[in-house]
This record gives sequence, C-alpha cells and structure tokens, in this order.
Amino acid sequence: MLAAEPKSCGISVRHGKASCGAHGGQGDLPPAIWDKVKTHPCYSVEAHHHYARMHVAVAPACNMQCNYCNRKYDCANESRPGVTSEKLTPEQAAKKVLAVASRIPQMTVLGIAGPGDPLANPDKTFRTFELVAKAAPDIKLCLSTNGLALPDHVDAIARLNIEHVTITINMLDPEIGAQIYPWIFYNHKRYSGVEAAKILTSRQLSGLEMLSARGILCKVNSVMIPGINERHLVEVNKAVKSRGAFLHNIMPLIAAPEHGTMFGLKGRRVPRTSELKALQDACEGEMNMMRHCRQCRADAVGLLGEDRSAEFTKEKIVTMTVNYDSEARKANQAGIEAERRARIMPRQEDVGEHAGGTSDIKVLIAVATKGAGLVNEHFGHAKEFQVYEVSQSGAKFVDHRRVGHYCQGGHGAPDDLAAIIRSINDCHAVFVARIGGRPRGELHKAGIEPVDQYAHEFIETSAIAWFSSYLKKVKSGEIQHVDRGDGAIRQDPMMSVA
Amino acid sequence: MAYKIVASQCTACGACEFECPNGAVNLKRDVYVIDPKTCTECEGHFGTPQCAAVCPVPNTCVPA
Ligand code: SF4
Ligand code: SF4
Ligand code: SF4
Repeated sequence: MLAAEPKSCGISVRHGKASCGAHGGQGDLPPAIWDKVKTHPCYSVEAHHHYARMHVAVAPACNMQCNYCNRKYDCANESRPGVTSEKLTPEQAAKKVLAVASRIPQMTVLGIAGPGDPLANPDKTFRTFELVAKAAPDIKLCLSTNGLALPDHVDAIARLNIEHVTITINMLDPEIGAQIYPWIFYNHKRYSGVEAAKILTSRQLSGLEMLSARGILCKVNSVMIPGINERHLVEVNKAVKSRGAFLHNIMPLIAAPEHGTMFGLKGRRVPRTSELKALQDACEGEMNMMRHCRQCRADAVGLLGEDRSAEFTKEKIVTMTVNYDSEARKANQAGIEAERRARIMPRQEDVGEHAGGTSDIKVLIAVATKGAGLVNEHFGHAKEFQVYEVSQSGAKFVDHRRVGHYCQGGHGAPDDLAAIIRSINDCHAVFVARIGGRPRGELHKAGIEPVDQYAHEFIETSAIAWFSSYLKKVKSGEIQHVDRGDGAIRQDPMMSVA
Repeated sequence: MAYKIVASQCTACGACEFECPNGAVNLKRDVYVIDPKTCTECEGHFGTPQCAAVCPVPNTCVPA
C-alpha cells in the first residue's frame, strides 16, 4: 500500500534526502510509482518544470453544491471561480487532445476536472478517455472528482487504466461540512446539512480506499477556508494519508464578491500566504504536500502556470489537421529527459560550506522562470513567480504567485507593478533573467532585492549561492536580517495568455 | 402532470437529462426542455421529481 511508503520526494525537492531531485526527482520512490509520476506535472514538482497537462471540459453536470462555487462558472474545486470553460462533446475533446499532443509534444497528461463533476457525467467522461486511449495510448489519464459518486465508478476507472485520481476532501466533521455544502444529490434524493456531509465523507473515504487498494495514485485536494476548516485540515491530512493518498494539495479559498459564490457574497476572508504555508508545513511531516497546483481551469492547456487554451478553441480545432506522430513525441520527450538529467542540484555540503557556521534564518525567494528549472524569465514578462524557501537545509519550492503582465510592449502600467510587488512581498529577493530600471528601483524601495546575476542558471544552486552570501553579510554586520510581511493571493480569474 | 424548465435560469448543465427515468429532458437548440408527453413527474420511479432534486438552480425545474 502506498500509505506504507516513507514520506518520499516525489513532490518536495528537499536536500535533507540527498538523492531527491538530484536525479530527476525519483528519490526513494519505488520504481513502479516513479514511472507513473515522473512525467506528470501535478504529481511531481520536478516534472512540473518540464511537462505540460491539458484539461478538457466535457463534464458540465454536478451532483452537489459547494459554497465556494457559482454554477455559472467552472467547478472551483480545481478551477478558479469566475472563468468558464468551453464545453466539448467527447468527440470534440478527443480531437482537441490529439491536436494539442501533436503541437505540444511535452503534453503528457489529460485530465477531466469539470466544469462540473466528471463522475456526475460518467458517460461523457469515460467515452472521452476511451477515445483518447485508443488514438494516443501514451497519454496519461487523470480525473478529479468531489468523490460522491466515486465508489460506483472505481471499476471503470481501473478498466480504463486511469492512473491518477484527485478527490476534493474539505472535511471529515459533518458540522464543518454543513457550512461548506448546502446539499448533495445522492441515491435519487437531495440531502442537506449534517446528513449530507456524513454521506459525502463516507463516500469519499471509501472511494479513496478502493482506489488505493487497486494501486491507483490518489491526490487529495482541500480548499483552506479560514474560520471553517483551517485547523480541521490537519485531521483530514492524517485520515487521507492513512487511507493511502499519495499527495495532499491544500489550496487557498478564492472568493471575491464578483464571483457570485456564497462565500464571496458573504465576504469570507481568503487565506494569507503565511497561513497557507504554515498549514502546508504542519501537514508535511505527515506526507507529501503539493504546493505547485495552479488551480487550473477545466480547459487549461500547457505547462502549469501557463494557459494556451486560446490557441485551441472549438472553432480552431475544427479546422486543424491532426497528425499524431508518436515517434516525434518520443524523441521530444527523450530530449526533455536529457535536460532533466543535466539539471544540477546543490549538494547538502555546499550549503553549510558556503554559509560558515549554523543559522536558523529562512528566507523566501521569488523566481521568474519559463520552466526547465532555470532562472530564465524577464521580470516584466513573468506571468507568475515561483517561490523557494531557502535555509541551511537547502532550497525548496514552496509556492507560486500569479501576477498580471507588467511589461506591455515596453511600458508597463504603474498599478501592475505595485500589485506584483504586493504578491511577492514576503520574499527577500527576486531572481530574474533581466529587469528594467524602474521595477528595479521600486523593488529596492519595497525591500526586495532584484537579482539578475544568475540569469539562465539553475534555480536551486543559484538560491543557495545567493543565500550563502546573504548569510555572510548578515554575520559581518553589513546587513541586518529582517522578517518580511505577507504576500497577496491574486483573486481575479486567470485569463488565457496566448 | 408534467414538469417544465424555466429557460431563463437554466445553466444547461445537463444534470436533469442524466437523471430523468423517462428520457423526457432533451437539448433543443442549446436549451433544455421537458417533453410534457413523456414526463410522469417521476411517479412509479422515485419519490421526488429527479430533475428538480438535482438541478442546482432553485425554482428552475417546476410543475408546468
Ligand atoms: S488544477 Fe492543480 S492538479 Fe489540476 S492540472 Fe492544474 S495544477 Fe494540476
Ligand atoms: S419530473 Fe421526472 S419524469 Fe419529469 S422531466 Fe423531471 S425527471 Fe423526467
Ligand atoms: S439541471 Fe437545471 S440547470 Fe441543469 S440543465 Fe437541467 S434545468 Fe438546466
């Protein structure tokens, strides 16, 4: 059983465990599991720098109501509320997958996540998977569900060779559940309140156990809702771990009044970055935590953090010719694997050596990157910053912050710059490939050091090198170490950026 | 004896189509409609009309 595995490094690039990440992230994962996650951007934080995923929106119906969801838009379990995906038939979806696969060879994973619940639309969901499995057997299939209908479909999931399932579990305590779910539709009846929550929990947990027993990798998503379930999620974490979940992904509630969700309208507070990180850290002793989920929309296409769905709209797919060349895809992916092997990770010794003496200082560094684990993006072009925590025990990916484009044809709008600075306000430095004069000045003013000396170098080694010199300066008294404030989680929907 | 869908409120999610025991709900030119001749208000199948029970929008599947 997966639960018996030691906490391994499929997800955290941590250097306490020397081999993790260093050899492409396998760490101490058993080969059979590594094989399943090594090219999956959501299951391996290391893979997410290299491989892309896509979602197809074939599942509009749902079997329950969540207070963070507005039915006009996509399911907020994974997607951000406020954006609607283009709904497709299974046939259109399959053609789209082939079109994307032949144009983006590093796309290795197809997920069905909505816009409603895939298992409330079992015919459309499984038909899509069947079509894709036939035409493009090398693509991994995955599915995200609220879990209510899951036990009924475990056999179909196993039969179709769906390797990864995500279940959104926000509570075990029915009193808490009653504050999150107004009703569920189960066994031809509508249930509400505590009764609904009890049914949901038992369905979710038995679904999870059934999948684990069949060796299907399960990720559990939880939405952190301040004032409702934030403390309780530690218990959820223990419960799902003991039932074989491979990965736990705690995501921040996204709720603005304009999304029209119950939580948005009632003005429920969203988590601060420090609260989210503290909760993820508290759960990490227990199991692998996913911190790189981008809460993608139900029709997202591309690397995590990018969305190329606008290149593949329904209209455009109809006219595209699809030439699925599995050999070309293999060759491309072999190239990526070579790139991954070449990626150099700092060794534990380097950290101590550079720093001289021990220190318990920890800092966050924001990194502008286009992928491949390199500092390779211009500050003004970054659509997101990846956040690394650096201390003497190493450099670790802990978060990402989505930002608006600052640079629009050379002259950025001043407001955007302020918003970007707010979103990385908890960081001591920002690593970029290049940066203009004005943002450089504003960052200095805000107390964040813009660093371009590591352009096109590996993120972790650069972070360690910078941190060592930072520590030296602190020790010599040249600078004083001060704690930073909180970052801001962006609330507006991710727009496609093609 | 039949139900109908209030078209102005329907989000076209299709949940009711899937649940109807009589296949009375159909998509007609991008809107869902209930065929009054086929709809039995679920009598003999279920205690409550399934379309109304599953529909996420209040007061959208209602007696005609
Ligand atoms: S929503 Fe999260 S789990 Fe799903 S593809 Fe995006 S990053 Fe992966
Ligand atoms: S009331 Fe029952 S039979 Fe009539 S449309 Fe609704 S689900 Fe179908
Ligand atoms: S369940 Fe309600 S919203 Fe969905 S299609 Fe039927 S009537 Fe429309």
